[in-house]
Amino acid sequence: MTTTAPSTVEEVITRYEPVIGLETHVELGTRTKMFCGCPTEFGAEPNTQVCPVCLGLPGSLPVANKAAIEATIRIGLALNCSIATWCRFARKNYFYPDMPKDYQISQYDEPLCVDGYLDVEVEGQTVRVGIERVHLEEDTGKTLHIGGATGRIHGATESLVDYNRAGIPLVEIVTKPVAGTGALAPAVARAYVTELRDIIRSLGVSDVRMEQGSLRCDVNTSLNRPGEEWGTRTETKNVNSLRSVERAVRSEMLRQAAVLDAGGKITQETRHFHEDTGETTSGRSKETATDYRYFPDPDLVPLAPDPAWVEELKAALPEPPRVHRERLREQWGVSEHDMQSIINAGAVELIEATVAEGASPDAARKWWLGELARRANETGVELAEVGATPAHVAELQRLVDEGKLTDKLARTVLEGVVAGEGSPSEVVAARGLEVVSDTGALTAAVDEAIAANPDVAQKVRDGKVAAAGALVGAVMKATKGQADAKTVRELILSRLGAA
Amino acid sequence: MTDVTRATAAELGRLIGSGEVSAEEVTRAHLDRIAEVDDRVHAFLHVDAEGAIAAARAVDAARARGEQLGPLAGVPIAIKDVIATKGVPTTCASKILEGWRPPYDATIMERIHAAGMVMLGKTNMDEFAMGSSTEYSAYGVTRNPWDLDRIPGGSGGGSAAAVAAYEAPLAIGTDTGGSIRQPGAVTGTVGSKPTYGGTSRYGLVAFSSSLDTPGPVSRNVLDAALLHEVIGGHDPRDSTSIPAPVPPVVEAARRGATGDLTGVRLGLVREFTGEGAEPGVAAAVRDAIDALVKLGAEVVEVSCPHFEYALPAYYLIAPSEASSNLARFDSVRYGLRVGDDGQRSLEEVMSLTREAGFGPEVKRRIILGTYALSAGYYDAYYGQAQKVRTLITNDFKAAFEQVDVLVAPTTPFVAFPFGARTSDPYQMYLADLYTIPSNLYGGPAISVPAGLSGGMPVGLQIMAPTMADDRMYRVAAACETAIPTLTPPTLSGSNA
Repeated sequence: MTTTAPSTVEEVITRYEPVIGLETHVELGTRTKMFCGCPTEFGAEPNTQVCPVCLGLPGSLPVANKAAIEATIRIGLALNCSIATWCRFARKNYFYPDMPKDYQISQYDEPLCVDGYLDVEVEGQTVRVGIERVHLEEDTGKTLHIGGATGRIHGATESLVDYNRAGIPLVEIVTKPVAGTGALAPAVARAYVTELRDIIRSLGVSDVRMEQGSLRCDVNTSLNRPGEEWGTRTETKNVNSLRSVERAVRSEMLRQAAVLDAGGKITQETRHFHEDTGETTSGRSKETATDYRYFPDPDLVPLAPDPAWVEELKAALPEPPRVHRERLREQWGVSEHDMQSIINAGAVELIEATVAEGASPDAARKWWLGELARRANETGVELAEVGATPAHVAELQRLVDEGKLTDKLARTVLEGVVAGEGSPSEVVAARGLEVVSDTGALTAAVDEAIAANPDVAQKVRDGKVAAAGALVGAVMKATKGQADAKTVRELILSRLGAA
Repeated sequence: MTDVTRATAAELGRLIGSGEVSAEEVTRAHLDRIAEVDDRVHAFLHVDAEGAIAAARAVDAARARGEQLGPLAGVPIAIKDVIATKGVPTTCASKILEGWRPPYDATIMERIHAAGMVMLGKTNMDEFAMGSSTEYSAYGVTRNPWDLDRIPGGSGGGSAAAVAAYEAPLAIGTDTGGSIRQPGAVTGTVGSKPTYGGTSRYGLVAFSSSLDTPGPVSRNVLDAALLHEVIGGHDPRDSTSIPAPVPPVVEAARRGATGDLTGVRLGLVREFTGEGAEPGVAAAVRDAIDALVKLGAEVVEVSCPHFEYALPAYYLIAPSEASSNLARFDSVRYGLRVGDDGQRSLEEVMSLTREAGFGPEVKRRIILGTYALSAGYYDAYYGQAQKVRTLITNDFKAAFEQVDVLVAPTTPFVAFPFGARTSDPYQMYLADLYTIPSNLYGGPAISVPAGLSGGMPVGLQIMAPTMADDRMYRVAAACETAIPTLTPPTLSGSNA
């Protein structure tokens, strides 16, 4: 029997049903680390935001950051979880140089938040993603392996460790297995992470920037034949963008289907996602599972959030992004279908911010979903990272509205903005792109065109107004397109006494 | 004052405060004493003469400026080498930390410095505080000033021996299963384990986090109480620190010194009166209790049926926590590194370092603890031990409904000769038979001299409810009025 590897998810689901699960790590934006007073800013010189506690020096002790506990509870509440009335931190023991204590303070069988859900919209359908748990832990340091071909520890000749990240509060959000989504599985995964990101952003507890690693995602995927038990799952790591979440699920579905079609078995393992190829490769096998020897951390007293305090936090939760979006949709006067396009493009907040900067909803939408979405797509970045800010877009539109830029010129200016040449005004100034509105200069160009085309000019004088188009074209050519065509036309007609 | 090294800490504080002696004189006298006897006793791993003299001069200068000095300002103190001391070597008597100088001070060190006390140096101990004889130090044994061929107890043998040998009037110890009290008992000194959480663990290199408690070592009860007051109290850097003021321990010690124990009920633990202790130890403890009865105390026999499971529970809980606490000694950031030849893998270097850097008792406990926490064994070992711990706590609570304090021997036997118990770990572990229950419960306990057996000191242990440390100091101080003070051999001349 010959089999050809399936090439689409649609083909995969003719034979298999996918089950996905997501583990998301969110670095909280607390001012200080989880168990000490060190700052948490991103991008500082290596090993400058450290102290005896986050370096795990002998004798140092952790003290839990109340702001991080509060943020975790708020995330749990926003995900409809129950909040534990009593729980503990646990030590996860394993040796690794980026772990200062060679154990990570995490939570094990007593997470802070359990049993919630998150509803996401995919192609007009609402899919409920169950939340297994939300717990709080500390991040590890960052290791840079030098000298190996892969950048991994194997084959490296030297490893450098930066402990600035060690001890930053990290919230882990684990979904229940999500089954029954069929061909939508990749889109559901993406929609879930998007929705989760929006919720966390709306809570103001993290900047949730995937490219900086403040939101990191592991994607579990398995396939089973209809009516059979769930298959063996793989865990795909290194999934660092919303787009990659979708691609990772799709790629695993295709890969696993090909293995199963050929009569093979899926190995339970960690796989690494590669942004460039969109494929996953095998990491370490999980067959010999590490024994982390979890036990309650005796250095930390149990957490016992006061139910009254939890109620207060619940009452003070912001409007959920879904509700917020519905309100925006009405304010902007767009259809549900158009709103979905905006959501899919990751443009809701960008448009909202652009409107807040003074642009009309229509204009904001036009730029973000048009020119900028095209650019983002071409370069493979998130829309928010395309290089233009809401303030830029609003300024650009203002220049158009004031007649200083034509639509066509504005696109050129935007290119400059995206290329990092500065704000729209700066690009206009630097590239000399402003509309020629100086009547003197324009009149001269018009007179020149008339003089150069006496026959055409005569026709216009004779009342054949349509003939003026040729003169407009000549003027536009002479001004390198920087004149407003309407103004030029009016000027020609007036000079020829035809207006 | 002819020899300030014989004075109590309270007297020294008063003399320095009144200007009768300078802190520098007192410090120099103790440094001289260390120079005289420590080659025989080997209580110290590191003597910081320069730092001590500078600290003493600062106290003298403060006094000259007319500043009000605290009761222990200028009084020298020796610190167990498990406490982080900024810029001063801290080895935990282990090769793996050789040469490490912490960049920070433990909370209790900050308080000791703030009180104007003068740190003489760091004292010897069993490696990472695991042991009962100080024979497991990687840097050689400490000898008992009462008999240089015998152990000074452990793990805090260095602190106890330093105080017994008049090298320091006060010392800091740490007590996880008896490491302050048992050395106190076998060296004829006072060893006090405060309530767990009553003294900060921040800067105490962890052995067993849920049990470790720093506390005072001294030659008399009032001195211990004075030091307790300096180091005790809430520390926001230790999550397990109790947010409450230090119990009035000094006041209690003074009250006890009046020798009146009328109305105080002493609980005699039935399970500790059997064959456990050597006859000489049992007899001395019995005599001491009789002496307390003469002061007006009442003796009530109480039963603590789960105390017999304390030792096995302790040897699951403490090693489990230790196996995790000691993981950080991996050669990456500080301390020893072995085998880093550019060829070997990180795992091999970590493994070689730990193989070379840890001694036999530490390895034994890491392996024990790793096993007890393993998947599939956790419930049977660590989980079960925690349940026993709860039962022991309940035994204490029930007992304290009937009595004010519990009394028992501190340790079943007097100081034994070197090598007598190293071949069989269990024989060594028995040294902590009577001290471990208080650690599992968390309540305070103190060992005070209770006479001699065969010429060697015996300790009486007084245990109190959590945060009732004052109660145990009162009984302990009364004890001193009823039992003749033990004076260790002077070690003067060449009796080495």
